[in-house]
Amino acid sequence: MLDFKDILATQDMIDKRHLDIRTITMGISLLDCTHEDVNVCADKIYDKITRCAKDLVKVGQDIEWEFGIPIVNKRISVTPIALVGNSCKTDSYVPLAIAMDKAAKECGVNFIGGFSALVQKGCTKGDWILMDSIPEAMRVTDCVCASVNVGSTRAGINMDAVAKMGQIIKKTAEITADNDGLGCAKLVVFSNAVEDNPFMAGAFHGVGEPECVLNVGVSGPGVVYHALKGVKGQPFDVVAETIKKTAFRVTRMGQMVGVEASKRLNVPFGIVDLSLAPTPAVGDSVARILEEMGLEVCGTHGTTAALALLNDAVKKGGVMASNHVGGLSGAFIPVSEDEGMIAAAESGVLALDKLEAMTCVCSVGLDMIAVPGDTSAATISAIIADEAAIGMVNSKTTAVRIIPAPNKVVGDRVEMGGLLGSAPVMPVHPESSEDFIARGGRIPAPLQSLKN
Amino acid sequence: MKAIVTVVGQDRVGIIASVCVDLAAFNVNVLDIRQTVMQGYFTMMMAVDVSGCTCPLAELAKKLEEKGKEMNLSIRLQREEIFQAMHRV
Repeated sequence: MLDFKDILATQDMIDKRHLDIRTITMGISLLDCTHEDVNVCADKIYDKITRCAKDLVKVGQDIEWEFGIPIVNKRISVTPIALVGNSCKTDSYVPLAIAMDKAAKECGVNFIGGFSALVQKGCTKGDWILMDSIPEAMRVTDCVCASVNVGSTRAGINMDAVAKMGQIIKKTAEITADNDGLGCAKLVVFSNAVEDNPFMAGAFHGVGEPECVLNVGVSGPGVVYHALKGVKGQPFDVVAETIKKTAFRVTRMGQMVGVEASKRLNVPFGIVDLSLAPTPAVGDSVARILEEMGLEVCGTHGTTAALALLNDAVKKGGVMASNHVGGLSGAFIPVSEDEGMIAAAESGVLALDKLEAMTCVCSVGLDMIAVPGDTSAATISAIIADEAAIGMVNSKTTAVRIIPAPNKVVGDRVEMGGLLGSAPVMPVHPESSEDFIARGGRIPAPLQSLKN
Repeated sequence: MKAIVTVVGQDRVGIIASVCVDLAAFNVNVLDIRQTVMQGYFTMMMAVDVSGCTCPLAELAKKLEEKGKEMNLSIRLQREEIFQAMHRV
């Protein structure tokens, strides 16, 4: 029989250290939903999603009860809508976003991702229509998440799309100004986007994926933080080992839940995304883990090294615990969703430039960052270009999810609510990047040898 | 199919009896019981066979949790696999 100690340790992690399954996300292919008439296409999208995902929430809830482990989010990702909508004779994909939103609500999930376009090398007609539809789609829907992939290691960076997305982000913020620009919290610009990411807002169901699949995202910053408290002052070898062991346990649980859920839903199990995804709750912060390693405040010198160790140890520990690892896998550093990051940003120690450096060594990128409402579209595009370049050169996924908060200035706070948290408005460099962005064209793909 | 029932709370007369009556009512067989007192708290762990359980397992877990609240205890039922996954390679 199992040890008392092990059972109580597991329950302690769940009760006091915020251990949970962050998301089970069903990926659904919509490639068979195309139609010339956008309204017929929308109906087909609604029907397919509600058919495939009708039991998702129920199965998730049953598993929560039977295993005693919270599954915080049940979500859906779909084929990038720019592909699905491309054959529609229309100039707006907003009806397709509305169909996604309606289907998500019918299924009881809290987010649906895939209002997306992949434009790293160039844009089709459908890609332009999708990007132009984003602001209105974000305004009229509650659950729909949008993403656009503007660069990759193999293709380089599509600077025309980067310029466009700066304007789209500004417009999305303005059109959702009543909610502090909340629309931008559901919009990500990627470089090297992955096809099987279960986390929002960047999830979409890639074209290399099967008809329907179940992906799982695990979490557990609180568990790692607590484990590190037990090895205070010890060398980094011990720190790395401790994180690996913890990540292993957390991931094993994710793997088990994923396999169980996919069996019940009768869809193939895809991947476990081994991510440390923070929430605004106290005790569930990635920043506090970095501080536990010996930094006074997250963002000071040493933060990048601490994060590099954390990110790598999480992957090493998790990879053996799951038979398929994928998604974004690593430590997330969304500012508004992490209590420690919020505090560090508010104290002025954690600045945008440091965050950018941190994104070189961890998963994703500049995430959930609020900047002043008068930040120009060109500056936002330039921030996107910087992040995309980091992803492109380092063969990793990077992203920008930025909120130019309408009518807000540095020092104000943007309240997103719920898991999205609240973000202090951070300063950007006032010097112009206008001429840089106005050039357009493509940044060529980088050399993959002569690495220095 | 096995599950683990854990009961934590202030010790008093009849805790084990009461939980066992509930389990028996749903045709759940108790395989093993261990108990101890940790920092003044009664802590009991039962391994149970739920293969013949007459209601869905999620419902049994909910019922036991409600029962625990009534008795001012924490009672939870969890499938054994979660602990195996986390603590056994």
